Amino acid sequence: MNLISDIIKKITDNEIWKSVFRHGYADTPRNRALQTISNVWLHIHPVKIPEHATKIRFTWCLGGITFFIFFFETVTGILLMFYYVPDVNRAYADMIDLMYAVPFGRFLRNSHRWAGHAMVITVCFHMLRVFLTGSYKAPRQFNWLLGVMLLVLTLLLSFTGYLLPWDQLGYWAITVGTNMGGATPFIGYQGPFAELLGVKINSDIRFALLGGTQIDAPALLRAYVWHCIAIPIIAGGLMILHFWRIRKDGGISGPL
Amino acid sequence: MSNHVEVNNKTKKVFTWPNLVAKEFLAAILVTIFLLLYSYYVDAPLRELANPGEPENPAKAPWYFLGLQEALVYFDPWFAGVVLPSIIIVGLMAIPYLDINPKGNGGYNFSDRKFAVTVFVFGFTFWFVLIIIGVYMRGPFWTFFWPWEKWSFDFPTPPPLVSFPNWLGVLALLIYFGGGLMLPIKRCRSFYEKLGLIRYNITMIMFLIMMGVIIKIVLRLMFNIRYVLQTPWFNI
Repeated sequence: MNLISDIIKKITDNEIWKSVFRHGYADTPRNRALQTISNVWLHIHPVKIPEHATKIRFTWCLGGITFFIFFFETVTGILLMFYYVPDVNRAYADMIDLMYAVPFGRFLRNSHRWAGHAMVITVCFHMLRVFLTGSYKAPRQFNWLLGVMLLVLTLLLSFTGYLLPWDQLGYWAITVGTNMGGATPFIGYQGPFAELLGVKINSDIRFALLGGTQIDAPALLRAYVWHCIAIPIIAGGLMILHFWRIRKDGGISGPL
Repeated sequence: MSNHVEVNNKTKKVFTWPNLVAKEFLAAILVTIFLLLYSYYVDAPLRELANPGEPENPAKAPWYFLGLQEALVYFDPWFAGVVLPSIIIVGLMAIPYLDINPKGNGGYNFSDRKFAVTVFVFGFTFWFVLIIIGVYMRGPFWTFFWPWEKWSFDFPTPPPLVSFPNWLGVLALLIYFGGGLMLPIKRCRSFYEKLGLIRYNITMIMFLIMMGVIIKIVLRLMFNIRYVLQTPWFNI
């Protein structure tokens, strides 16, 4: 034991270590507070929280799990971007490469795909939890609104990713989805009142989504850019607001 | 693990580290293990190369949109695919501003908010029921098959659909929405007075639209009704 504590002292009792880790690990209230406030990742939390908020059966960790899966998707998504090119002549071949040639490629793609589905489920159940605990009530109304936007963005993230493999499954799923866009009142070419604005198949909302009158190279590129860049940035921004508002609206909800 | 519990005036507070952080890390680890194990054993689907000339039959949207695709059976695309989801999103966003009942804030509580919880849980369940039907019970040409039935193209021709004559459709809609709005004012005055005119009307119209979707589904399945109302611009 002496040897170990000597080694630990050697490692930690020097300028380099102390320049990185500002405080020790002694079990004191001061240290516990510092653990939270001096850590950039943890200072999203208050130093102390109501005891009921640490009960798993209150939150079921669903919001945190959803955020964690978003992080998981970012990591696996970046790795997938190394191997995948959003070009109609290459995309499917890249998928085959991922499945059969890239080391751990199949595992990587599987985990990205399943985690995406899992995120849709956890965000839905997070909403259910927040509803059932009445946590959207004053003063947290606006944070619920942000949450609904994040739910929609989660669905859009998953939806835009669906086309990327450029296989029959994704192609026809996106066909079904975007054809509905063509039926939008006023701004879809098949929708009610389209003639009022003179909207045609090559000037309506569906055309703007697909970058063409049918799903082809521009649609694949748009899906890719929305999926990998635009929606994650928007969702990230809204998440910052969402988490910040939890603190600003009085912390996690609880019995009054 | 000692907890360093501090007794506040009202709520008991504990240190975030480690009481909450430990559970968060544990949740992250368990989710990671689950995702990795699942990904190791189950392959993500990948079908043949996309071919615009060869439609899938059935062509299904991603599962979370199959509730809307299922609604396409009963409504035209402008409603099922665009207006209905927009109403759902706006309706969800409006919830905190419509439900001004202060009770049940911060805890699971059914007895003080029966209407709110019942309606939300009902809608939430309904959404997933439609999804389950769409995922597991829709075969070629979106024909209904039980999960244990084999998909075939040899299904009976669906019966011809009929529509309400317009006078009946207008009347039905007027009675449904008019009556639906008036009845609670007459029979359940306190509900109306608590919400006030504007909140009451928005809440009830949202509620009546949700129930109306179900009524339209029943009308189609039991009486082969195609449209309740037909206009030169759109049909409902």
